Amino acid sequence: MRLLLVLLLTLLPALGQAEEVVLGLSRNNVAITANFDGSELLIFGAVKREEPIRQDLPLEVIITVTGPSTAVTVRRKERTFGIWVNRDSVDVDVAPSFYAVATTGPMTDVLKDIEDLRYKISINRAIRSVGAPSNILDAERFTDALIRIRQHRGLYLEDEGGVELDEQTLFRTSLRLPANLTEGRYKTRIFLTRGGDVISNYETEIEVRKVGLERLLYSLSRNQPMLYGLMSLAIAVAAGWGASEAFRLLRNS
Amino acid sequence: MQIYLPIAEVSVNAFLLLGLGGLVGVLSGMFGVGGGFLITPLLFFIGIPPAVAVATSANQIVASSISGVLAHFRRRTVDLKMGCVTLVGGLMGAALGVVVFNYLKSLGQVDLLVRLCYVVFLGIVGGLMFIESANAIRRSRQAAKAGRSAPVKRNKHNWVHALPFKMRFRTSGLYISVIPPIFVGFAVGILSAVMGVGGGFIMVPAMIYLLHMPTKVVIGTSLFQIIFVAGFTTFLHATTNYTVDVVLALLLLIGGVIGAQFGTQIGTRMKAEQLRILLALLVVMVCVKLGLELVLHPSELYTLAPVGEG
Repeated sequence: MRLLLVLLLTLLPALGQAEEVVLGLSRNNVAITANFDGSELLIFGAVKREEPIRQDLPLEVIITVTGPSTAVTVRRKERTFGIWVNRDSVDVDVAPSFYAVATTGPMTDVLKDIEDLRYKISINRAIRSVGAPSNILDAERFTDALIRIRQHRGLYLEDEGGVELDEQTLFRTSLRLPANLTEGRYKTRIFLTRGGDVISNYETEIEVRKVGLERLLYSLSRNQPMLYGLMSLAIAVAAGWGASEAFRLLRNS
Repeated sequence: MQIYLPIAEVSVNAFLLLGLGGLVGVLSGMFGVGGGFLITPLLFFIGIPPAVAVATSANQIVASSISGVLAHFRRRTVDLKMGCVTLVGGLMGAALGVVVFNYLKSLGQVDLLVRLCYVVFLGIVGGLMFIESANAIRRSRQAAKAGRSAPVKRNKHNWVHALPFKMRFRTSGLYISVIPPIFVGFAVGILSAVMGVGGGFIMVPAMIYLLHMPTKVVIGTSLFQIIFVAGFTTFLHATTNYTVDVVLALLLLIGGVIGAQFGTQIGTRMKAEQLRILLALLVVMVCVKLGLELVLHPSELYTLAPVGEG
């Protein structure tokens, strides 16, 4: 009986949503193989609704993909005695290793700031920094630098207008996953908004993992570091000796 | 052809890595340096994380040094006894160097210190070698004009010869105390662990100018010693930091071992003074490049590192 009540309570908000997302992914896992050179990810779906399309405010779609988060230290160089030295540093507590956000239109039009704050959708909000040292007055410059550096490496993407929406029902976007991708679960979120308010959201995960030889070597290096170290040395010794012998034979023949 | 490196977690061009390994291999064979002081900065440049670059180049150095030393063994230009004596110091130095490195890491400024080490040591070593070799070449030219062979003038007797525990090194033709070789090995061991290099660029001049070993023997002996110090460093990195990327190392060393063979061939056809002056120029070039990076306004003032690292 209690279980049924809990079920009902969890179902209620879903029933309250007039429009819902039905999602498709071109793939729900990305395999990092030896010749992995980035990958194209196609995200598409439809809006399911029980009632006629509202005509007052246009429907907008926002799609985000978030890689595994780690804390990052951002350091700034300063000139001291003529050379550039790392001086101030700020720890950014949560910074996803990969973050992409695509929308149907300009961010300011499709999302209210208050909703951004709640769901942490824009890149600036997806990164969280608390407790910068009190002697650093311009802590936001450090987070800006983090975003700038990662955007430059293709790890943070913002594609305003990158989502196509047909008949307020069918949407699709494609994201470029870079080659320097880290392993983990990539959280994929889809938000439907009207007039900047989030009216529905949907979440799923894409699994990114190394396979085959990549997987084998990686786990060996973590689980059997001694063996891995010796193996690396053995390969080096064999290669050095092999090349030397090969050249000797080549010269003698 | 792009290839994804499992530990470095980046995708790079396989041919670029082969070429890089080959280039450094040629230098390694010619001069008896492991090439770490070149390959490590080059790997940073193509986007390999610094920790992985340092550890993996140590592994690559092992391979190219073995390939080089075997060629020297055949020509009997390795002083095994001297190699073992410096190695004893070298391993102790490397172990201490790792401790020093971790201490500096906890202070935060390890990156700067490694760079400063590079600039200072490369500058001193390169500058001294350049001056000395230029003088030697000028002397031999003057001697040729005078119609006699170049005199081998070296200060054979100094304070080094007054130290106890003397030992005969037949291959080098030396009868000296074991203290200077052990000390040289020890100092180079510390530097190689701190700077993430084999240390050949310091070992070679130290053997020539401090121990007065013949140049032809120095290269083989230095390579012999580097194998073990770099091997030790690789093992330490693999077991403590998990930063040895075996795929990256394999690509570098395939290029490296082939390059080293060519390098050794080139090296035997050149005069010792010419070899030294070329090595000196190379060392000074890297020094100037790294020095400029410290002084010039960087294009990006900010750097990223995982919390608790570097």
